[in-house]
Amino acid sequence: MRRFLRPGHDPVRERLKRDLFQFNKTVEHGFPHQPSALGYSPFFRLMAIGTRSGAIKLYGAPGVEFMGLHEENNTVMQIHFIPDQCQLVTLLDDNSLHLWSLKQHKGASELREEHRFTLKGPPGSPPSATQVTAVLPHSSGEVLYLGTESGNIFVVELPSFRVLEDRTITPEAVLQWIPEDNCNRRSCELVEALREHPKNPDQILIGYSRGLIVLWDLQNNKATHHFLGSQQLENLYWQRDGSKFISCHYDGSYTQWPVSSDNRQSEPLENTVPYGPFPCKAISKIYWQTTKNGLPYIIFQGGMPRASYGDRHSISVIHGSQQTAFDFTSRVIDFFVIFSSDPAAEFEDPSALVVLVEEELVVIDLKSTGWPAVHPPYLASLHCSAITCSHHVSNIPLKLWERIISAGSKQNIHYSSMPWPIDGGTNIAPDPPQRDLLLTGHEDGTVRFWDASGVCLHLLYKLSTVRVFLTDADPNDNMNTLGEDEWPPLRKVGTFDPYSDDPRLGIQKIYLCKYSGYLAVAGTAGQVLVMELNDEDAEHVVDHAEADLLQDQEGYRWKGHEKLKTRDGPVRFEAGFQPFVLVQCHPPAVVTSLALHSEWRLVAFGTSHGFGLFDHQQKRLVFVKCTLHPSDQLALEGPLSRVKSLKKSLRQSFRRIRRSRVSSRKRRGGGGNTSEVQEANARFDQDALQEMELAPVQRKIEARSAEDSFTGFVRTLYFADTFLRDSSRHCPSLWAGTNGGTVYAFCLRVPPAERRMDEPVRAEQAKEIQLMHRAPVVGILVLDGRSTPLPEPLEVAHDLSKSPDMQGSHQLLVVSEEQFKVFTLPKVSSKLKLKLTALEGCRVRKVTVANFGSCKTDDYSENDLAVLTNLGDIQIISLPFLKLQIRYPCIRKEDVSGIASCVFTKYGQGFYLISPSEFERFSLSTKWLVEPRCIVDVPEVTSNNHVHNKSGTENAARKSSPGDCGEDERKSGRLMEHALLNDEKVLKEIQSTLEGSR
Amino acid sequence: MNRAQRGAAGSRGLGTMEVKSKFGAEFRRFSLERSKPGKFEEFYGLLQHVHKIPNVDVLVGYTDIHGDLLPINNDDNYHKAVSTANPLLRIFIQRKEDADYSAFGTDTMTRKKNVLSNVLRPDNHKKKPHIVISMPQDFRPVSSIIDVDILPETHRRVRLYKYGTDKPLGFYIRDGSSVRVTPHGLEKVPGIFISRLVPGGLAQSTGLLAVNDEVLEVNGIEVSGKSLDQVTDMMIANSRNLIITVRPANQRNNVVRNSRTSGSSGQSTESSLPSSTPNILGNLLQGEEESDEEDIIIEDSGEPQQIPKAAPTSESIESLSQIELLHESTQNGFLPSSEMNLNHSAGSISMEYEVPEPGRKPLEEDGTIITL
Repeated sequence: MRRFLRPGHDPVRERLKRDLFQFNKTVEHGFPHQPSALGYSPFFRLMAIGTRSGAIKLYGAPGVEFMGLHEENNTVMQIHFIPDQCQLVTLLDDNSLHLWSLKQHKGASELREEHRFTLKGPPGSPPSATQVTAVLPHSSGEVLYLGTESGNIFVVELPSFRVLEDRTITPEAVLQWIPEDNCNRRSCELVEALREHPKNPDQILIGYSRGLIVLWDLQNNKATHHFLGSQQLENLYWQRDGSKFISCHYDGSYTQWPVSSDNRQSEPLENTVPYGPFPCKAISKIYWQTTKNGLPYIIFQGGMPRASYGDRHSISVIHGSQQTAFDFTSRVIDFFVIFSSDPAAEFEDPSALVVLVEEELVVIDLKSTGWPAVHPPYLASLHCSAITCSHHVSNIPLKLWERIISAGSKQNIHYSSMPWPIDGGTNIAPDPPQRDLLLTGHEDGTVRFWDASGVCLHLLYKLSTVRVFLTDADPNDNMNTLGEDEWPPLRKVGTFDPYSDDPRLGIQKIYLCKYSGYLAVAGTAGQVLVMELNDEDAEHVVDHAEADLLQDQEGYRWKGHEKLKTRDGPVRFEAGFQPFVLVQCHPPAVVTSLALHSEWRLVAFGTSHGFGLFDHQQKRLVFVKCTLHPSDQLALEGPLSRVKSLKKSLRQSFRRIRRSRVSSRKRRGGGGNTSEVQEANARFDQDALQEMELAPVQRKIEARSAEDSFTGFVRTLYFADTFLRDSSRHCPSLWAGTNGGTVYAFCLRVPPAERRMDEPVRAEQAKEIQLMHRAPVVGILVLDGRSTPLPEPLEVAHDLSKSPDMQGSHQLLVVSEEQFKVFTLPKVSSKLKLKLTALEGCRVRKVTVANFGSCKTDDYSENDLAVLTNLGDIQIISLPFLKLQIRYPCIRKEDVSGIASCVFTKYGQGFYLISPSEFERFSLSTKWLVEPRCIVDVPEVTSNNHVHNKSGTENAARKSSPGDCGEDERKSGRLMEHALLNDEKVLKEIQSTLEGSR
Repeated sequence: MNRAQRGAAGSRGLGTMEVKSKFGAEFRRFSLERSKPGKFEEFYGLLQHVHKIPNVDVLVGYTDIHGDLLPINNDDNYHKAVSTANPLLRIFIQRKEDADYSAFGTDTMTRKKNVLSNVLRPDNHKKKPHIVISMPQDFRPVSSIIDVDILPETHRRVRLYKYGTDKPLGFYIRDGSSVRVTPHGLEKVPGIFISRLVPGGLAQSTGLLAVNDEVLEVNGIEVSGKSLDQVTDMMIANSRNLIITVRPANQRNNVVRNSRTSGSSGQSTESSLPSSTPNILGNLLQGEEESDEEDIIIEDSGEPQQIPKAAPTSESIESLSQIELLHESTQNGFLPSSEMNLNHSAGSISMEYEVPEPGRKPLEEDGTIITL
């Protein structure tokens, strides 16, 4: 009758579950997908980035991060901080304005949307009358000037967004002050730029698209000056003293205009086309900043010669005789210059140039000679080459950590030593509990080591496996070579480089042993590299072996890619992880599973054909096992024979992605090409949708059979010291699980340490288990006599784990996509099972053992299985009784790449990609929670009186904050939910129920 | 066992029964006690004895009342043969080596008699293709309608035994919408429907599932709220012992229960289902527990064996049999005992009784209804 009891009725366990498990999405790491706007507050030293999906993210000092999401999910077009206030205004592409503010709540600042507003014209007026094109927050912080397509400038009161109609500056009013022969009504169409006078807050400079520029006196409602530009205007910039301003133009020119009290209609001082004389692209934004030595910094975006360099994404910096055109890897979204924020300072003295391009953030140190780039502590471009796999290692020993950092620092010498210039706010989060590494494998054959301990995902070290192989690409192809006399003086900056020279180099599996520093990396063309950490540069030959996984199978022809060619002779490796063994699988199919045992010095690898074991101490192949079913032609021939269906499925998934990500959005009229493209896309999506509706989706119901394709595909490999043959002696063993539901167990004989080099490692097949439901085996685990998972290799040797219980009987846990099963060992008999798919219709995608500690007491922790299903749910399943503990919806089930990219940590956290460039971090644990907690001090601003006591309040905040940052506030932390996921409401509900139940 | 009792009850008379046995050209006549036919093994030994062929493997067949040649190879069909023999039991014995399996089946005996008419009217033969019945050792349950007593008459719960057949399950499902009666009136809700049956597949051959039948449950779990992919995965995960509850598109073949009056169909609405769900689920889980675990282990590249349950008793060793048993375990036509219990307790009927015999008692009263 027990089974009719509904599970989870034990109140003690229920209480314990609340102390152990809790789901939070805590922070997004990496670079925002599709950024569309940039803003900066020199006063708070905070940077804001808006995205096409309506997210807004604020960044200050490392660890200071805020995120907000516009409900509309529309593209953020502009971001403006309200001077000297913790507020900012965003303009979306639906012409709505949003006021956000940073407010302190329970000791930490939070970003909240305060108001929203859409400018409304008089009834019957065209939409262009109120289409906002330029936004100027006035320095008083009380009003916002909104330039529109119609040429009207509306004045809006803050924070109420009340339109002050009597203060609207109409084109008619402006034209009154301008001689009629120079201008007509059309000159005042579309306000391109609004700039407040740097010294006199009562004057604003209005730039109209057709070139007319007017200096407007707000007090007397009159134009004091006007400037007749002949070229289409792009942007304006005031010089600091207010005596001159610069306009930049569509034809690639910029003009300096004097503002003198006697002449109401000035002629330009200087008109330059920096990259003339041939037609140039527009200069869309310009800075002209003064320095002590008198030579200004002229910094502008674009302006390249149209014919030969029109495709470059450049920002030029001119300082005296120095001129560099920084050539970016992708489209420039916007940029700003960090300069002295002291309003009393005579010179601007720029120190850094911050450029947001579509795929990365680049900061250039203008103080140091050569203008080197600054290594950003956050906003890393995870996708500089597409991520192909990830691996997380928790709790790195300090020694290894330091060695990796030191190896990485040698790679970063070309970066500036300037401290990070965007340093607003204060990070009050507790120090990360341990040192965690996230390793990402990339398409270009590199592995990047990220510091994943805290809120800032920071690149520590980059490892390239390319040097081992002979590739077509010239490794000496230096992108930064700059000829002496080259004009324009282009210089490549940035790391984004999505073009892989050879897809075979792609990294598919990574395994790092944190105790020994051994690293195994496996790739797309069946290559397996074993590496060792070396603090010095070294030149050596990489031992090379081949593993023929088809051994006794005859007559098969591999139609996929060829194996990679290796370099003969010694290869020079820089300090860091240096390969010493290369095993190449034959056929060179993608390596699908990898395991390394650093104590036994063995590495196991599997492909769609079989698996092998390599002794990297003796550098000898121990054995190979072919797992192919004779009828599985697809696996044998390689991916080529699948090209057609692959293409189809790719197309479908792209459609899916596009549909989910690109919410139908209207771009403003000036968008030109892009809007057409989007319309075409929208049409295409529509067609695709209709097409899908016409053909009803059918699913075939058929039992799996042994003849299905890719049954031999090795999904998981596992080393265990356990009782494989009899219950009296335990021995090393290797376990492999296939796509067809088969588990192979090999008994290994590893010679003792003193004879390790003399005697060969032997392996003998001991067991083969065929799961009758034939679902892919995704995890194998041995539990010791206390039902605790066996420790990692060397963990016991380093005193970091209790040695496993070898007295009680061991159990084998086999996780397939459909079921969890516990078997006894050494005699395999089934003991327990949980049939997930049969009950819930979901399948296991990822499974890891995680340790959960109680938030109430330090002395209780337990091991459970963290499981991600194909529906994007995360479930926690208890060990060893396989009882479902808790379930959280985490990833949308349509987000296939998100689900595929998920990694769990050993302590109940996890990461998954929410876009090619961003990891979402989540936590299942009440104890281990890494999330931003920071304070931005709001100065007490009395109107028009900028008195700040920044350091004072900051100190006060520092003193008060750590005391009350208790457990409860953490729970109420705001949601870090990305715009791509529209289930914010659901999450909020979950969050509230979680809070409620506490 | 049920059947055996039924057979005994239906016997036409007590006393002895005449048996006429033919092997090659030889006939033997003897008699059996109708009430105590004994076991097949004993009968087989008896035949070998009377024909004096002690060490020859033979195939035993008999002609039933319809004149069809049917095999006798287990207790079940032996008892059937005995109980139906009227008045004479005709036995045909063949050597196993030169056995003609196709001889068994419908019309096998009559066809022989009508050789002449076949010659005269050859098209007659074509019109009625010869239906081959496979050997009874391959007999196994293929499908059944279960839980008739607890389900609304508009629903049908079908059990498909994929296990042991080579036939594909052979059906497809699709998304669709159905109309439900809710407190707010009629409401259109999404549902899962059978969209296609593969010719020759298990689903089609049972005749219990049809295109446009709405799938309501899979192995006791409601599918409402689940996506097509989820339901697909659930069905595939349960494919070896699939129990689908459908609302047939064609409601005319529903089982009519006599206990309820003609108006009963009006009562069996959706709302009646939830109340009975718990015990349905209980039944299913119970059946499932023991029926479908047959993972195989090969130790030291030896013979493949079924993985036993880690039960405290030593009985598990018995189930540790050869891999061939995988197929043999159901060959004798018996359901594993647990399934038998299930069928019995739930008052199920096997497919042959899809249209109930008029003389039979209402199904609900047939067995003890165990409500858990």
